[in-house]
Amino acid sequence: MTAPLIEMKNIEKHFGSVIALGGVSFDVRAGECHCLLGDNGAGKSTFIKTMAGVHKPSAGTILFEGVEMDFKSPRDAMTAGIATVYQDLAMIPLMSVTRNFWMGNEPIKKVGPFKIMDFARANQVTMDEMKKMGINLREPDQAVGTLSGGERQTVAIARAVYFGAKVLILDEPTSALGVRQTSNVLATIDKVRKSGIAVVFITHNVRHALAVGDRFTVLNRGKTLGTAERGQITPEELQDLMAGGEELATLEGSLGGTV
Amino acid sequence: MSDERVKQVSKLRHIMIRPELGAISGAVLVFVFFLMIAGDSGMFAPAGIQNWTVVSAQFAIIAVGACLLMIAGEFDLSVGSMIGFAGIIIAILSVQWGWPVWLAIMTAFVVCVSIGALNGFLVIKTGLPSFIVTLAFLYILRGLTIWLAILTTQKTVIGGVKKVAEGDWLAPVFGGKIFGGLFQTMADWGWLETFSRGKRMGEPIVNGIPMLVVWALGLIIFGQFLLTKTRFGNWIFAAGGDAQAARYVGVPVNRVKILMFMFTAFTAAVFATAQVMEFGSAAADRGLLKEFEAIISVVIGGALLTGGYGSVVGAALGALIFGVVQQGLFFAGAESSLFRVFLGTILILAVILNTYIRRIITGER
Repeated sequence: MTAPLIEMKNIEKHFGSVIALGGVSFDVRAGECHCLLGDNGAGKSTFIKTMAGVHKPSAGTILFEGVEMDFKSPRDAMTAGIATVYQDLAMIPLMSVTRNFWMGNEPIKKVGPFKIMDFARANQVTMDEMKKMGINLREPDQAVGTLSGGERQTVAIARAVYFGAKVLILDEPTSALGVRQTSNVLATIDKVRKSGIAVVFITHNVRHALAVGDRFTVLNRGKTLGTAERGQITPEELQDLMAGGEELATLEGSLGGTV
Repeated sequence: MSDERVKQVSKLRHIMIRPELGAISGAVLVFVFFLMIAGDSGMFAPAGIQNWTVVSAQFAIIAVGACLLMIAGEFDLSVGSMIGFAGIIIAILSVQWGWPVWLAIMTAFVVCVSIGALNGFLVIKTGLPSFIVTLAFLYILRGLTIWLAILTTQKTVIGGVKKVAEGDWLAPVFGGKIFGGLFQTMADWGWLETFSRGKRMGEPIVNGIPMLVVWALGLIIFGQFLLTKTRFGNWIFAAGGDAQAARYVGVPVNRVKILMFMFTAFTAAVFATAQVMEFGSAAADRGLLKEFEAIISVVIGGALLTGGYGSVVGAALGALIFGVVQQGLFFAGAESSLFRVFLGTILILAVILNTYIRRIITGER
């Protein structure tokens, strides 16, 4: 077993008097997909934002490749190799796929005294990278708005991978998608993991998690309820942990175990 | 894997979603219309062409600034007041205080660009809509302009700039003309109409290209290049398209927006300086309603009011439509108040067309 790429120890985060995270520990290794599960309000978003440098933890340590890190901004985390794909904020619909793909990392070439964006290269790389992820673009300058939700997530993932992410955090990438698109995104996650990138997959859907996850950590009310390896836990147990046990047990009875 | 349900996009549709489409067809329509109703009125003789070119160029100068700012997701309603303000600064400093004109012009530019930066800074820091922040400056600057003019001269119009600007090296950059020799040569060959009597007999009626037009062309080329060819241009689109998404990938959104406010203020200062040099005077009521005319040019040019989409060339064509119609109605002898009716109508049409185009691009239904 390889050493963890990123290790979060006893992370606490307080917003005023609200304790959003009360000592969460979590780690992810290269080439694995670690699922972070939890119901709405469990602290999943706060936790990954801490990992991505958006929030500074109130207490606890973040080790990245064994070195203690102090991220001051998302930029710091990104430079270190931690990329985040947010559910709604992944892409700008009015801009072309190429412009989105290279946003913030535009390739430059010099023409006389001017530095201009190298669109020929940008378009070529975008087409190639999208093809690797299984999306054939009609043309690189088509607007992202014309892509489906699943394709947009895939562009965002491809972008993160291309720009050298070592850890890829996916915030609910499948929650707004249909069945077919969900399986496409899950297949993409599998591809990314196999290329040796550590994937943190946030979801509240147990089936999506079990489809690609190697390990599972459940958050509930700002606390972790432990980490399980693949094969050690059943979907029912996961579901139970997420909901905090009792209430759902009664619900499940009346719904015939279908939640 | 290709999706069999995605139809190949036709060439026509490809052209349809270009932001400039509306402005191009509008410009063609407007020219055809005025060729028909005012073709023999002198509107398309050299002097007539110069007349509406200069007016269009004025609109274009501030439209370029407003366009880039709008694509970056913000408005500046203080442009008109800033034009008046910059003019009064130049006049007071040069005529009243006796500063060299070049220094007065430079000071006006520095003051305007600083106010633009302040606008941007307030918008970013407070998170308020730029509509409100710059609306405040619309009033603040106009009030200051009138107060300063009255305070120093007891008048709201300050003249005598032409006299003090004589021999100044910077003034002709805004108020001069270029290619005078070329136009004289063309007149000598009989290609251009000349004055037939008086002191300027033999000189062409149109004796050069006004610097105002050169500025307009320069700013249009600069704006179009910046927006479509450079990294910064990508950041402008990103900042207006979705500021948060742009921030997450490391685009310096705040810097982009503040710089665009400064650039808009710069274009207002160019407009003001050229106007002061042309008229030889500054007036406290100059630039009234210019902010809206700039925004209308930009919208006719295909930009979305919500930001993230638009074209500098489109905005320039919007300005051309504006200038041609305003002056064309005059040449056609039509009631000039009809111009406003036209403006309102074309604004509505442009916005409807833009909304439709946006639906096509984003695939919304």
